[in-house]
Amino acid sequence: MEVFLQQLINGLTLGSIYGLIAIGYTMVFGIIGMVNFSHGDVFMLSAFIALIFFMLIASFFGAAMIVLALIFVLVLAMFFTALWGWTIERLAYRPLRGSFRLAPLISAIGMSIFLMNFVQLVQGPRNKSTPPMLNKSITLIESATYSVQISYKQIVIIVTTAVLLAAFWYLVQKTPLGRAQRACEQDRKMAALLGVDVDRTISITFIMGAALAAVAGVMYLVLYGVVSFHDGFVPGVKAFTAAVLGGIGSLPGAVLGGLLIGLIEVMWSGYFSIDYKDVAAFCILAIVLVFMPSGILGRPEVEKV
Amino acid sequence: MTAPASTPAARERDLKAALKEAAFAALITFGLCIPIIAWGTRQNMDNVLVLDPRWDAVAWAVAIVFVGRFLVALRQQTKDKRKPMVRLLPHGTVGFFQRHSRLFSLFGLGFLVTFPIIAINLAGWSGALKWIDNFGVQILIYVMLGWGLNIVVGLAGLLDLGYVAFYAVGAYSYALLAKNFGLSFWILLPLSGILAAFWGMLLGFPVLRLRGDYLAIVTLAFGEIIRLVLINWVDFSGGYAGISGIPRPTFFGTPFNASDTGFAAKFGFEFSPLHRTIFLYYVILALALITAFVTLRLRRLPVGRAWEALREDEIACRSLGINTTNTKLTAFSIGAMFGGFAGSFFAARQGFISPESFVFMESATILAIVVLGGMGSLWGCAIAAIVMVGGTELLRELDWLKQVFGNEFDPTKYRMLLFGFAMVVIMIWKPRGLISTREPTAYLKEKKAISADMVQEGHG
Repeated sequence: MEVFLQQLINGLTLGSIYGLIAIGYTMVFGIIGMVNFSHGDVFMLSAFIALIFFMLIASFFGAAMIVLALIFVLVLAMFFTALWGWTIERLAYRPLRGSFRLAPLISAIGMSIFLMNFVQLVQGPRNKSTPPMLNKSITLIESATYSVQISYKQIVIIVTTAVLLAAFWYLVQKTPLGRAQRACEQDRKMAALLGVDVDRTISITFIMGAALAAVAGVMYLVLYGVVSFHDGFVPGVKAFTAAVLGGIGSLPGAVLGGLLIGLIEVMWSGYFSIDYKDVAAFCILAIVLVFMPSGILGRPEVEKV
Repeated sequence: MTAPASTPAARERDLKAALKEAAFAALITFGLCIPIIAWGTRQNMDNVLVLDPRWDAVAWAVAIVFVGRFLVALRQQTKDKRKPMVRLLPHGTVGFFQRHSRLFSLFGLGFLVTFPIIAINLAGWSGALKWIDNFGVQILIYVMLGWGLNIVVGLAGLLDLGYVAFYAVGAYSYALLAKNFGLSFWILLPLSGILAAFWGMLLGFPVLRLRGDYLAIVTLAFGEIIRLVLINWVDFSGGYAGISGIPRPTFFGTPFNASDTGFAAKFGFEFSPLHRTIFLYYVILALALITAFVTLRLRRLPVGRAWEALREDEIACRSLGINTTNTKLTAFSIGAMFGGFAGSFFAARQGFISPESFVFMESATILAIVVLGGMGSLWGCAIAAIVMVGGTELLRELDWLKQVFGNEFDPTKYRMLLFGFAMVVIMIWKPRGLISTREPTAYLKEKKAISADMVQEGHG
């Protein structure tokens, strides 16, 4: 039981990160119907940006005020990653809007390869590790054989994710911007006719997706303390799995899917075999897509002739 | 970054607007560069991460973007909007090539057959090894893989991001069967093709209902699953270490070595390692040509026509009574079979395989070759393979760049970077591929000038 509880905490932490990345996939897929293949690499890039800012702040102010430093890093990483997200959309995807179905996907794969190699080139191929931070933890249940702990890192990650999700949910559900987004999602042409600036709305969607990926990147860095240039691919695919599992196009679905994927991965490595944890995630992706393509919270896709 | 306002009245150059554009682009570039280029991270002697400021690199990037954007903006102002931006080839070139495609095919074939001889004459016996192996064999493997995937993606319109799985199945089939049972290359070549086709069918079954992006992601997942199993099932596949000492192919039973029974001694040549390379070159050439031949023939068979119909419109296909299940499965398995052939050839050529050779990047490369070449076009695939693979191989040869940029400059580091960049640029420049002849081979009464897909994009 204690082991299960511990795994639950770990799974929720990991799942929060997947959920944050998954939102980027699900929003972009919802609005322009494309798998933004480079999103995983944007996440990786954001982790690098966060790493560099963290070290800059640490070298100026010392590592005394770690919480304040983290908030600074979070804001800066969100801003600069959003800039990357905007530029990528502007240069690689916008010219292909209205082109044939595969063109944006190919362009996104190219962008993914480009970003991965760009980071490798400018930051070197080795793993980059940060000095340890937030290492304390609280013991929840003490027993003779096993004690369940929740570390400060995990608390920070879960709380930040929850707060940001609430904020973004409010943004999409209650503001004019979110209304424009949902209108574009339903029918882009009609939205344009009714005075919604479709290009701008799509740009903002990419900016929001990238900003949330940056949050995930910072959290990833806090959790593992290490990042390398090829860390984008597997979390990217898993986050996509999460988006599909939750029902693509649905914001709460992405978070739910992320949490589920995180839990499944952690439970799988805890109880079965750590070697095959990625295989488990990929199998879930295949099974969900084949048997339940609309996901848990998604609307079934109506085929129009 | 935004499109410049160029009304016909203000045709003369508006320097101020162009400068504004350029300044905006430069500002964005500066923002993009800020953390990621401006500071490099490096482990110092105590294994602690330190930052190296690199503002000179940022300055260069910003300056290049500023000047480039300025020139582009000026060019756009003076250009008539209706004219295409660049025209590399004179009008009608593509049409000329298409009319005489048989002639060019023969010419290309002649060049390919005589390529080793040309290489030996130009580069000598020692220099030719690199050209035949790195360029000839390497490019032909990708041409063959491209043509194999072309059946799935180009003809049947099923986007497959896990094609490398079948390549891996072929390679591991050859490696394991040859090492454990001592079977020869010529028995295992068809056998690995059959095994790969079997796997193609097995993986094809569950994904039959999916289409488009979903299909792409599931095939990607399958490709990764196979690779992860190969990594983790150490007893079976050797894990990360891979399989080494795979028996090399023989000349129909005669090994390529310096012994008395070897190829050189038997035919009275002086021994040279080049013999095997040349032999391998002709084997892969034959395999690639078989792939092309089969593709061309299949397109004229009912199944090929069904593939093309499926690609154009699946719903119409079903309403006309075409069995889409069988059609998709044949496309998957035949495509996989050629991947398997290429895989077993790859294992025989390398003598060593490991899961590292079958990463997602390979699938992306092959898919890029098919799509950039123009889906469904054999010529396009071949040209794209030469450009993408040969082009990146050529980077290894650019030693003179070291004299320009200093000794640390290593062109090969930019290989994949340029590769990804080229994928994006070619997609934007020509979304339908370099050679876009995607016409159905079967048509009613007269060939329509524009295919259904183009009409959808608003060209019709």
